[in-house]
Amino acid sequence: MNHWIAAYILLPGMVASFMLIAMRYDLDRQRIVSVVATALQLMIAIGLFVQTGDGVTQAYFLGSWPAPFGIVLVLDRLSAIMILLTSVLALAVVLYASNGWDARGKHFHALFQFQLMGIAGAFLTGDVFNLFVFFEVMLIASYGLMLHGGGERRLRAGFQYVAINLIGSTLFLFAVGLIYATTGTLNMADIAVKAGQVAPGDVALLSTGALLLFLVFAIKSALAPLHWWLPTTYAAAPAPAAALFAIMTKVGAYSIIRVHGMVFGGDTGVIADTVSSWILPFALVTLVVGALGVMATRRLVDLVAFAVVWSMGSLLVAVALFDARGLTAALYYTVHSTLAAAALFLLADLITQYRGKIGEALVAAPPMARASLMGGLFFLAAIAMAGLPPLSGFIGKLLILDATRSAVLGPWIWGLILLTSLAVIIGFSRAGSVLFWKAEAMGGPHEATLSASDRLPAVVAVSALVAAMAALTLFAGPATNAFEGAVAQVLDPSGYIGAVLGVDAVAALGR
Amino acid sequence: MEFLIASGVGALTAAGVYLIMRGQTYPVIIGLSFVTFAVNLFLFSMGRLVVDRPPIIDPLAPGYSDPLPQALVLTAIVIAFGMTALIVVLALRGFLETGDDGVGSDSLLDTGLPDQGAVEQASGEQRERAQP
Repeated sequence: MNHWIAAYILLPGMVASFMLIAMRYDLDRQRIVSVVATALQLMIAIGLFVQTGDGVTQAYFLGSWPAPFGIVLVLDRLSAIMILLTSVLALAVVLYASNGWDARGKHFHALFQFQLMGIAGAFLTGDVFNLFVFFEVMLIASYGLMLHGGGERRLRAGFQYVAINLIGSTLFLFAVGLIYATTGTLNMADIAVKAGQVAPGDVALLSTGALLLFLVFAIKSALAPLHWWLPTTYAAAPAPAAALFAIMTKVGAYSIIRVHGMVFGGDTGVIADTVSSWILPFALVTLVVGALGVMATRRLVDLVAFAVVWSMGSLLVAVALFDARGLTAALYYTVHSTLAAAALFLLADLITQYRGKIGEALVAAPPMARASLMGGLFFLAAIAMAGLPPLSGFIGKLLILDATRSAVLGPWIWGLILLTSLAVIIGFSRAGSVLFWKAEAMGGPHEATLSASDRLPAVVAVSALVAAMAALTLFAGPATNAFEGAVAQVLDPSGYIGAVLGVDAVAALGR
Repeated sequence: MEFLIASGVGALTAAGVYLIMRGQTYPVIIGLSFVTFAVNLFLFSMGRLVVDRPPIIDPLAPGYSDPLPQALVLTAIVIAFGMTALIVVLALRGFLETGDDGVGSDSLLDTGLPDQGAVEQASGEQRERAQP
């Protein structure tokens, strides 16, 4: 068994506990340990990603209990891509947070590491109930991160965020109950085998369970009309937390691909079809709602938050196809939009800090310090997010449009994606011209609230995220090949089932 | 017994959903607790309802009851308990800091803009400083 799979989840958990016990009051050491641990996690993620290159799915049996009686962790290409993305993002965010945000409250780094543990577990687990448990680990840490620094606005938004997620967790348990009641197992590979064999009378119950589960993931991935928590929460959350939350919406999208694409796909196609017919219309609504929000908002952070809602719409349109090209496009767009959203959240915070008194309001003000650097980064991140060439957003959108060419609602998808993209471009250009060009026209001296070297690590973190997007564009070919490999494993789960339950199970399945 | 459990789950869920729709934090928290009780009961029934059977295979007993739901319910109870404690503290902090226990979202209406006077004043001051 490959112990690195477990190490990837255990490392952040142990580091977080260690920080709480040994260096509670020593922020400098917490920063060092947290950054080093995140870098180590990135190395493990790279190692695991390289290992999955041969296309063999690896299962890790906790306590050596045979599946489906024990709990398994499973590493396939999809998981490896997602944990690699998480680690890249986490390293940039922890660098940014170490540049001031972590001093505004207590235990930022411990909470951050616990959240990484939850996200890592959610991507690697091969068990539906464990998915619930890791969702909770992730959410509990995110509640703490979201409230980091305190304040009235954060408390109010925090209550809504916790309440909506508690409702989501309850629905998750109902869904788990229904699935166990009909299939008698919670192991994902085992469900994939047994879902096709449930008694005809139980199929309706199982479909209900699958749909409830979809509802939970839709809340997480901010599918309209369940997206209202997202702008409020992300706009109120501290910038590094919001940037890390960019991966949490993707946990929802990943779970839809894993559970509804793989576990309930294939022979149990009836159930997957039910879900897919629900996703597409709502994903299109999400596109529209997000774009309208981008046009209407008057605050920089809200602008980014609605752009995230909009990008989740594009992403879920591609997921809704549940075929090889659609899911490949969805994966590419997942990686791109996570990086773009995180870069924009961090940039919005940096710009707010540099603007001083005026803060994040989208009104003209005298020029900020380092306006040309901020303007350049904002320009790059905005064109990436809006999907203009030459950055990765353009390729992502191209892949999605290409995949939906022959889809049922094809003309609608094309029309709405292109129209809402235009709206998002207008929204971002308006914000950029107010922030940077009108300021130039207004003239006046720089508000020297921050010296240029104060925020160097933060600027480096943002630049690294933008550079990662540039790399994703340059290496779009190899990246797309890796995503295609991952999607092939999702659509043909025999490798996954074989790794978890043994080859006999696959033979019995007759696939 | 099936009828009792089913109507219990139904009644708890109905009451919980009704309370979650309310506009104050306290009823919402009570509603959330009701729904979590409902799901705990529901999880019990997912391994089928049996009476007087041990949760382990025993040659002397006529059968066994499924032990897995019981373990899952325990986990669910622990998580729900912790979450309820957290949200109570959150609601209390919110009430003490703002003097208001509404759940409503003001933040979408509150644009966070500084009022126009402050903006003009700030830019005016800076122009004055620039001129001499």
